[in-house]
Amino acid sequence: MRPFKFTAADSLNTAIGIRTKNPEAAFLGGGTNLLDLMKEHVALPNEIIDLGKLNLKTIKATPTGISLGALAKNTETANHPLVRKDFPLLSKAILAGASAQIRNMATNGGNLLQRTRCSYFYDISMPCNKRVPGSGCSAIEGFNRMHAIFGWSEQCVAVYPSDMAIALSALDATVKVMQTNFSERSILMKDFHILPENHPEIDNSLKHGELITSIEIPKNNLASHSAYIKVRDRNSYAFALVSVAAGLNLNGNIIQSAHIAMGGVAHKPWRAIQAEQVLKGKPATLANFTKAAEAEMSAARALSHNQFKIEMGKKTLINALEMALNG
Amino acid sequence: MKQNKTQLTPEEQKLFGDLMPEELEEVINSGFNRRHFIKLMGLATAGLLASHAIGAEQLFARAIETDEIPDLIPEAIENGINVSFKVNSSVKKVLIDSRMTLLDTLRERIGLTGSKKGCDHGQCGACTVIVDGQRVLSCLTLAATCEGKSVITIEGLAKENALNPMQAAFLKHDGFQCGFCTPGQICSAVALMKEAKEGNASYVTKNIREDGKSLLLSDEEIAERMSGNICRCGAYPNIVAAIKEAQSGKNITQNWLFAG
Repeated sequence: MRPFKFTAADSLNTAIGIRTKNPEAAFLGGGTNLLDLMKEHVALPNEIIDLGKLNLKTIKATPTGISLGALAKNTETANHPLVRKDFPLLSKAILAGASAQIRNMATNGGNLLQRTRCSYFYDISMPCNKRVPGSGCSAIEGFNRMHAIFGWSEQCVAVYPSDMAIALSALDATVKVMQTNFSERSILMKDFHILPENHPEIDNSLKHGELITSIEIPKNNLASHSAYIKVRDRNSYAFALVSVAAGLNLNGNIIQSAHIAMGGVAHKPWRAIQAEQVLKGKPATLANFTKAAEAEMSAARALSHNQFKIEMGKKTLINALEMALNG
Repeated sequence: MKQNKTQLTPEEQKLFGDLMPEELEEVINSGFNRRHFIKLMGLATAGLLASHAIGAEQLFARAIETDEIPDLIPEAIENGINVSFKVNSSVKKVLIDSRMTLLDTLRERIGLTGSKKGCDHGQCGACTVIVDGQRVLSCLTLAATCEGKSVITIEGLAKENALNPMQAAFLKHDGFQCGFCTPGQICSAVALMKEAKEGNASYVTKNIREDGKSLLLSDEEIAERMSGNICRCGAYPNIVAAIKEAQSGKNITQNWLFAG
């Protein structure tokens, strides 16, 4: 690890102040991803600002839904009685990620800011446009079995690794951010993470020095008709090949609205807009689920080693919708 | 270093005299250490231990004596941090490089080598310790973030000579082969008992919307909740049986069926 100065920030202002002044400073939440990247010399901060003392750990009901503190731990969030009862899709997605130890450490804000687990991004002896802009993409003609089938560019085919964020995307969450001028702004989940295009080094729309303060989820009628399915190489403690978060807003058997997002397939949580449009106003039947899944997957573009993800994505979408229907 | 003469039982004296005569004096003068232990285990696998009255179980249960290691005074630390936190029953105050992980601080500075460095990247769970009641990975925790916290390691689980029930269950069910992952497995399993009592859910919990307290964990639940601890020897069925026994307090018969 590169030597760094360590400061335990005692307030939001101190934390943002230090980082604004130093372009090479990094915030430390749970550290489960940052420390790993520092050990691999992928992340090279010269100053660490520990956020552990900041008072951003509250999970509470709001008039419009629920607010999840940026520094509340993933375990606490997944097990919070309000989250389990009203947003079980989020609980399930969080619990599908990592291990108990890592969920005990990881914060909600940090989870959103996880970097890709593309093995070329992690290997500093290989070219990678995300790590060193302009150096090339090793994955596009390399071993790309785990990589994207939607929204990739010639610059980057990496996928975004979070499970939690897939559920937040389906649930139309908003990310609240403290700006460097100390006024707050809100970013919709669909706009928070971005596709690689020509700048894969940029994962999300946060500006340097900005700090996530909370994640807000609006109320919904999806609790009894939602499901999260994660398909992976082993039963537990592995990143997704494909995952699907699905929630159905039903009136009898008619789908008022479907809320679907996919993980393991793109550089950001992939909102399945095509599938949602096919299902809107239709009866919740296997035939319609199949049509919706086919519509969504028709836009997928496979790489040399991940053709299987297209069929897997279709089947997982159908399974998740059936599970959501059956509650 | 202080010199404590080790009191050996007549069986132990005979055992070391027969099998490790060249180390006998060292054992008496400076205690039974990790190197002796590894040699003895090597002899055990060769069958040489079988004729002795003392069994491996007794040796596992016998505390490995260590001398109090004085704090190292580093000559130059670029970003020194003074941190003090509770480890097992005592408060430790150490000056560390800001880059030091909790794992390295425990092992290299405090002298508690029970917590193991497997992958050092948060993928194996061998470094699992319990911080403020929660199981965490000490390899991904900066020691500087532990100020004022309470850390429990494998060395802190037994009460004097009485093993923690989870340790006893692991011994009874052979929840290990090489033993490298075992301290992490046991710390993880001990913290899991509290999580189950509090009704925490897992990915395989059937109805996540129900808030179930004091869950009695099924094999499937244990496997999912312990998935952060990898055992390359594949002692998983035994680990599951040990955890079931520790949780239920009842004798668990080993289930030898393979997963499927």
